[in-house]
Amino acid sequence: MILRLAVGSLLARALTVGMTVLAIALSVALFLGVEKVRTGARASFADTISGTDLIVGARSGSVQLLLYAVFRIGNATNNVTWESYEDIAVRPEVDWIVPISLGDSHRQFRVMGTTPAFFDRYKFRGGRSLAFAEGHGLEDLYDAVIGADVAATLGYAVGDPIVVAHGLASFTEHDDQPFRVAGIVAKTGTPVDRTVIVGMEAIEAIHVDWQSGAKIPGQTTPVEVIRQMDLTPSAITAALVGVKSRLQVFQLQRWINDYPEEPLLAVLPGVALQELWQIVGVAETGLIGVSAMVVVTALLGMMAMIFSSLNERRREMAIWRAMGARPMTILGLLVLEAVLMAAIGAALGFVLLYAGLLILRPFIDAAFGIWLPIDWPSAREAWVVAGVIGAAALASLLPALRAYRLSLADGMMVRT
Amino acid sequence: MTSPALALRDVSFTWPGRGGFSLTCPGFALDQGESVLLLGESGSGKSTLLSLVCGIVTADRGQVIVGGTDLTMLRPGARDRFRAERIGVIFQQFNLLPYARVSDNILLPLRFAPERRKRAGNAPAAAAELCARLGLPADVTAQPAGWLSVGQQQRVAVARALIGRPSLIVADEPTSALDAATQDSFLSLLFAEAAEAGSSLLMVSHDERLGGRFDRVVRIGDIVTAVRAAA
Repeated sequence: MILRLAVGSLLARALTVGMTVLAIALSVALFLGVEKVRTGARASFADTISGTDLIVGARSGSVQLLLYAVFRIGNATNNVTWESYEDIAVRPEVDWIVPISLGDSHRQFRVMGTTPAFFDRYKFRGGRSLAFAEGHGLEDLYDAVIGADVAATLGYAVGDPIVVAHGLASFTEHDDQPFRVAGIVAKTGTPVDRTVIVGMEAIEAIHVDWQSGAKIPGQTTPVEVIRQMDLTPSAITAALVGVKSRLQVFQLQRWINDYPEEPLLAVLPGVALQELWQIVGVAETGLIGVSAMVVVTALLGMMAMIFSSLNERRREMAIWRAMGARPMTILGLLVLEAVLMAAIGAALGFVLLYAGLLILRPFIDAAFGIWLPIDWPSAREAWVVAGVIGAAALASLLPALRAYRLSLADGMMVRT
Repeated sequence: MTSPALALRDVSFTWPGRGGFSLTCPGFALDQGESVLLLGESGSGKSTLLSLVCGIVTADRGQVIVGGTDLTMLRPGARDRFRAERIGVIFQQFNLLPYARVSDNILLPLRFAPERRKRAGNAPAAAAELCARLGLPADVTAQPAGWLSVGQQQRVAVARALIGRPSLIVADEPTSALDAATQDSFLSLLFAEAAEAGSSLLMVSHDERLGGRFDRVVRIGDIVTAVRAAA
């Protein structure tokens, strides 16, 4: 009966109680939503590259290597010579190896030279392969495959010409050797979306008439001649390596790191991703903190609402007291009301969150490449809800104690 | 002779704070089954006296004995329980929780009084019967109390005070919110039901015309000295 009366009392104040419940619901939805995006982003981030056992580059830091080789952020300090690459490629542990050559750009996007094997070996989101939304892979020397973001931003379709610029943010263009868009990769949510992929040899080809980063004046080798040349590069930027047996990863890693001819670095993508996430992770802690403050604000609002309702409810409290209710019962009643509000608010928050997820998920995946899983509420989320309800009970204690004291002092004297 | 329904002896009480309003009552008693009208203007200490009788506040000195039990000797929790078990309270107005159903309002004191609940037997049926005897429509029990007219609400308050036959009914100006015609029928019902339940009735009012129905009329100034310290 007490529960029924508490519910009745809440319903009688539907407007203020409704606003309070809504505030709690929104704050809970926000908090859990941030939590979802955070874990989703983390998972998507960790899924940027999979199936690759080692990333090899010139010796620098593992995070730096990851940044330029996988995320195409920043630059390599040094190159890896073709001889080193071949030495690694013939190691018995190596199952496959894909070279990567970076340095040129097209508009704001990086150009990456590689081999057609890249499309078979590069995996993301737990083993998914790159798929072509349109067109096909690298077949001709001047074929280019562009990522989904490149196609969307620049409005390119298969067959369009692309002129690669030398270096990054440069005004010198390789306009004598234009590429042709051969294929567009379906959206992946990885840096591939923002990359123009061309053949390893093509990178070499467009630099035939170049020396030390500048075009040799007056020298123009005709395309027909270039096509006949040996276009094996002298150096690459990095390489993705797969081993035959996972047990050999560390053995190969040590061999590469101890390679005597040239200082090289081999990193495990998973470990490097985690290191990088620890740097990015500061932001996520901040995000969690802000959304937790929103929950606290909603609970403070509820506390203020209970406080302001106390005066008009003194008559009600006097009735409870006259009927034999202890002051403790009145305290309990107010806490119960707060817990009910928080519980309804939290439940509503869940509904809002999942409704929002269902509606927004495809857009979030398409726009940010973050796939948010819709699962049953996790234990962690259950704890969050329990925490909100517990905090509501605590927050209501202050006004409830005031009601307790008022009901002791008023006796039956309240006449309103 | 059995112990009186209510006895106050050498009681003195001062409100904490509140400008030091204090009250002394050398002696007052109410026999079992007796009905007494306490006449007094507002500010004469009526409500304070009723709060003392109901055990909502405790006398600083003296004894407040209800049905043989000295309320001043009870601990606060036991006093609240005692009030629920033995005393039915009717206020001047706004007696009911407006959001609660009429039946829940009537049954509320039983929630805090297991013995009284036993005495009431089938409590919902007892509540419905009381409502019927008090002339309330049968379908009223399921409605929220706030939907009822003031007169109906006061009758629901009577039903709530009488359920489980408490030994003492305390009424604080229960008729002042009613018009003259309704007052009369309300009092008839109250007397009939209190007699039926065998409860003593202590009613406070400033209206002398009500006196004729009561066994005894007492002017509050004759039994109580109220002192309001100069602010």
